[in-house]
Amino acid sequence: MDTDKSKEQRAEQRAEELKAGGFIPQRQRGKITVRCKAPGGRMTSERLAKIAEVAQEYGQGLVHLSVRMSPEILYVELSDLDDVVRELEEVGQEIASCGKRFRVSTACGGCEYNPNGWTDTQRLAVQATDRFFGQETPHKFKTTFSGCVIDCPRARETDLGFQGMVSPRLEDEKCTNCGICVRVCRDEALTMDAKELPVRDADRCTSCGDCIKSCPLDAMVPGRTGHAVYVGGKHGKHPHVAYPVAQLVPDDTVMDVIEATMDWYRQHGNTGERIGNTFDRVGIDGFRRALRDVVGDGLLTAEDLQKHGWRSVFYRGLADTFPQYGALD
Amino acid sequence: MESRAMERQADEKIDLRGTPCPMNWVKTKLRLEELKQGQLLEVLLDDGEPMRNVPGSVKAEGHRIVAAAPLEHGFRLLIERAGDAAQ
Repeated sequence: MDTDKSKEQRAEQRAEELKAGGFIPQRQRGKITVRCKAPGGRMTSERLAKIAEVAQEYGQGLVHLSVRMSPEILYVELSDLDDVVRELEEVGQEIASCGKRFRVSTACGGCEYNPNGWTDTQRLAVQATDRFFGQETPHKFKTTFSGCVIDCPRARETDLGFQGMVSPRLEDEKCTNCGICVRVCRDEALTMDAKELPVRDADRCTSCGDCIKSCPLDAMVPGRTGHAVYVGGKHGKHPHVAYPVAQLVPDDTVMDVIEATMDWYRQHGNTGERIGNTFDRVGIDGFRRALRDVVGDGLLTAEDLQKHGWRSVFYRGLADTFPQYGALD
Repeated sequence: MESRAMERQADEKIDLRGTPCPMNWVKTKLRLEELKQGQLLEVLLDDGEPMRNVPGSVKAEGHRIVAAAPLEHGFRLLIERAGDAAQ
């Protein structure tokens, strides 16, 4: 005989199964929200039109753009799910996911068309989602890609965030000593030397690239571009800031960083615990050691975090609350 | 410094100090479109956001900044209009 408790458990289990597939039970009995996969928030107009058509036919003509860029078709009947999935598949539209697993990556426009971006965030969001989507982790695991230090996608508040950075390089012979770069730098990282050439203080530089974009003669050019890596951030009832752990990580190392982070998280995280909370419980140096195998000297140290370039990219005073990074043997 | 940077004579001049982003860029762009390929436009801009944004936009449109020099307040740019194909 069914007890209330076992009924409840079965309902919960059913809800969990649905969520794994990207179907979210609604407040309204028998109604489901269907979350569509859109890495980086980008999709073809053909897919968008199909989503609209399905929402009209199977829902109430309503779509909600989720906080993490997934179009969600509202008010779908549970009994119509198979048909909805089949129709969306016709244009290659897949279903996203919820629950304790790697989620669809988000991203800004990146360097493809956004004037501020330094990294190809859209390509990386698709690559990461293709490779890791749905893999299980102790709790939800969100990734994002932002193309520059303005960080619209909030890498600094995500379980694992990548943020584009560029270190400028001066081609002396092209410089006409106009001083624009010194004046546009918001971090006082550039000064004119005795020969009236701009000199960069790497400790103050936030790698935003304003000096490169504003240089009239293209004397200041991109040196190395790569990604700052932030880990441990989350929103929610008890938000957690992400800690910066690596810098100038090249594109071709990004997937390895994700894999190493998920591996470490699976080994050390408790079920239901986000990775930031795992750091708080077991410390962060074990993770830094694992990450060092992947990023080498891109790993940030306690000393790095004392520099203006890192301290200034967080809310005022927040950097003081970061864990003390230890010296790794 | 200024003499070296401003050796070529401007065909047109526009003072956009006091004009905020993005109108300063819009006005620069419109004025450039009135010029012929190779002609020079002198633009005066404020420090700060205008200098962070306008030079990048000028370059992205394919025009060439041939000289730049600081003023007491702001900057002077000398821009060579690109051919329509370069834009």
